Amino acid sequence: MLTAVAISLDGLGFAAWLFLASVGLTLIYGVMRILNIAHGGFYALGAYSAAWAIGLYTQTGQTIALTYLIIPMAALIVGVVAGLTIERGVMRHMYGRDEVLMVLVTYAIFLILEDVTKLIWGTDSYIAYQPAYWLGTIEIFGIPYTVYKFLTIGIALATGFILWWGLTRTRTGKLLLVVINDREISSALGINVTLFFTATFVIGATLGALGGALTAPEISVVPGIGAEIIVMAFAVIVIGGMGSIGGAMIGALIVGFARALSVHLYPPAELFSIYIVMALVLAIKPYGLFALSEGRKI
Amino acid sequence: MMKSFDRTEVTLLLCIPVLIGLGFILPQWIVNYIQVSLGTGLVAISVMTQMRSGLVSFGQGLFFCIGGYTAGMAGKFLGISDLFLLLFLGALAGLAISFLLGFLLRRYREIFYAMLTLAVSMILFGLLSSTEELGSTDGFNLASPTYLGWSPEGEMARYALYIATCIPALLCALLLHRYLRSPMGFVGEAIRENELRVEYLGTSAHKSVHITYVLAATVSAIGGVLWALALGHVDPEMTNWTTSGQFVFISILSGTGNIISPLFGTFILEIIRVYAVEISPNTWQLMIGSIMLLTIIFLPKGLWSLIQPSSSVVRTTLKKSTKDSKETSS
Amino acid sequence: MTVLLETRNLERTFGAVVAASNINIQIKAGEILGVIGSNGAGKTTFVNMVTGYLSPSSGEILYRGNPIHGKATRDITKLGICRSFQIPQLFLELSVLENMLIALIIAKGNAPVLFAPAVNDSLEEEALRLLSRFGIEDYANQEITTLPQGVRKLVDIAMATVSEPELLFLDEPTSGVSAHEKLEIMQVLITALKVTNTAVLFIEHDMEIVEAFSPRVVAFYEGTILADGPTAEVLQNSKVREFVIGSEFHRKGDAPPSSTTETNSAKIGSVLEGGV
Repeated sequence: MLTAVAISLDGLGFAAWLFLASVGLTLIYGVMRILNIAHGGFYALGAYSAAWAIGLYTQTGQTIALTYLIIPMAALIVGVVAGLTIERGVMRHMYGRDEVLMVLVTYAIFLILEDVTKLIWGTDSYIAYQPAYWLGTIEIFGIPYTVYKFLTIGIALATGFILWWGLTRTRTGKLLLVVINDREISSALGINVTLFFTATFVIGATLGALGGALTAPEISVVPGIGAEIIVMAFAVIVIGGMGSIGGAMIGALIVGFARALSVHLYPPAELFSIYIVMALVLAIKPYGLFALSEGRKI
Repeated sequence: MMKSFDRTEVTLLLCIPVLIGLGFILPQWIVNYIQVSLGTGLVAISVMTQMRSGLVSFGQGLFFCIGGYTAGMAGKFLGISDLFLLLFLGALAGLAISFLLGFLLRRYREIFYAMLTLAVSMILFGLLSSTEELGSTDGFNLASPTYLGWSPEGEMARYALYIATCIPALLCALLLHRYLRSPMGFVGEAIRENELRVEYLGTSAHKSVHITYVLAATVSAIGGVLWALALGHVDPEMTNWTTSGQFVFISILSGTGNIISPLFGTFILEIIRVYAVEISPNTWQLMIGSIMLLTIIFLPKGLWSLIQPSSSVVRTTLKKSTKDSKETSS
Repeated sequence: MTVLLETRNLERTFGAVVAASNINIQIKAGEILGVIGSNGAGKTTFVNMVTGYLSPSSGEILYRGNPIHGKATRDITKLGICRSFQIPQLFLELSVLENMLIALIIAKGNAPVLFAPAVNDSLEEEALRLLSRFGIEDYANQEITTLPQGVRKLVDIAMATVSEPELLFLDEPTSGVSAHEKLEIMQVLITALKVTNTAVLFIEHDMEIVEAFSPRVVAFYEGTILADGPTAEVLQNSKVREFVIGSEFHRKGDAPPSSTTETNSAKIGSVLEGGV
């Protein structure tokens, strides 16, 4: 019973983290048809900048409460600066190119971001536990859980809801769906497709950075976290069906619970349980649970 | 005799005695790099072979690792040290595993192929990283190989292993080159261009992709065995996706024009890396990433296109065959 | 004459949309037959089903008396049924000759050979000879991306014939070509295909072409066959006149041929004169 509770709570915690880390990836793919490997770089930048800023702030001895503002601020700054630079500098010249080529382009950007991160913050690890520690813990069936974890779950739900609402209930979101459906027609209708792409890329980058920034207080921020997260985020969005926000949520839950199950029942399987689940899903649904449909070819 | 081989094949065959000869002349450190980069070079050419069919494998490290670990485990647990047997076992492991995985992967193309090969390689990464019997993330060391009962020592052992690396590596390259010129190689090109038409012409694209996948995997596994023996060590990093990414980088940089260019590219890169990492350890990936971006933007068919403008097998074969007919007529 | 192909109550639905229903057609060896019908009438769906690209929702397809529905496209090709495409399906970054070579290599069934060179002089000669049958050998060394639509169509058709099919479907062989070039292209095609006694079913919007080249016509309307018989009879049929030909005239009036297609087809014309 206790294990079941622990698995559920850990599963939800993992799922929230995975959703936040991967929703930007699926958003950019859904709108722009770009599988953005550089997403891992945004995640790492977000984590580093948040950890670094929190570290600087807490040294001043001020109240911890303000660190909860630092996290989204760090993510926003990283997302806008890095996202905008990359979109304006590289991506916009490559729109309409082959999807595989775009994977290679974003991979190259990912490599560059990896070293940029190292050049800015060095190779030492950063620890910014204060925001996670300050909220304390609550006991559920005798197992202590940090309140911060519940905060993350709440933020993941809120992010999912805002995206869903923004895409389906606002004018801008509806226009975006038109852009997704047919770029040429939307240009002809006078929709500024370039602006939508830029905005999407920046939002996606910010979400990736937010995933990293929110995780920073719970982990030790070290080089390589970007490379690690991108493969997990990919597993999440491929299970759900690439380009689907709801799919990312389901994918995050599946992967999160798979990981929680293996952590509690068979720890050595933790690292690869994710991919086993992914392989199983794909064996049944080759393009994920909510795959986008393809048109007639001939 | 020469007529049955084209220029690339002759070059590869000539490279065998030349490289072996260089092994006695060049300083030891260069010879070491040649040896190591022949191992990784085989993985790079197998990535390139798949690229000919339009398939980018971001997980070729899987078979590189399978080859290396098979050789290592055969030594560690079964006491096998014979190089030929190790090569055979490594290749067999690569072949068997890729044959099975091929049934899943042959359904996918483009980004799905890229990402699923990546995911599959990360399964092994996770598995090896958490297996204490195999040294977890540290991996383990390999003993020096023997050759049909002969176990050389000292300098002799080094030369023997070097020669035993050159020959299978170049023969594998020759094999892949022939494959690309064969009917199956043509079908691969056709799949890259238009799979629907391939099916309508009356052959199975899935089967062709499967064969390419298995062949590339087997050659990568052989590369893994050779590399592991050269370094005397294996660890899970061999199958980390970042390792696979470097093979993709080499293929992009060299282009898919000729099997020799990724082999050569691997060697050059290996040398540059040593100095780059020494001078500025935190900018190596930055350099690779920038070079890759520039290549994609300015040289979409890779450096090879500077040497030979056309990168299609068909065209190189055609040029060859018209040249052949001229030779026979004169 | 032997019956090559027979379909029985063929039906295909996409969700609630019935794309084709109650399709009963017989095609005899060596026969030439035109198919007319407006866009969305089920013509291409029919060809897609017979060639295995789509599986029928119900009904039977018999080839020489044996059921072939549910077979893969490649297996149907091997049986001797080939097709061309409304939008040419070519290997775009390769040359015309390379396209033909690949088609020949696959047709000869050498694909399983792994390590022997695929191309030799005799194969090249054969490819050129096939191209000359369609009057496009002058384009042999050009990359497909540089070719006008009309030539692409001919390459597409030439590739469909390399395995010498008994039955060939041509999906709008003259679309994208100006009116007066259509006759010429069809002339080249039909002459080339007569040589091998190939049965041909072609989908066509131009009634003049249909009258000129096919003794028999099948008219499709909203997924069903409206009429099937000798050309003169079918074209006089009142329902066909009302639902098919009427809408055709309407369609043509809506979309006059653009100037680019004119120049493209002018090029083909000059080649055709040289080739035939």
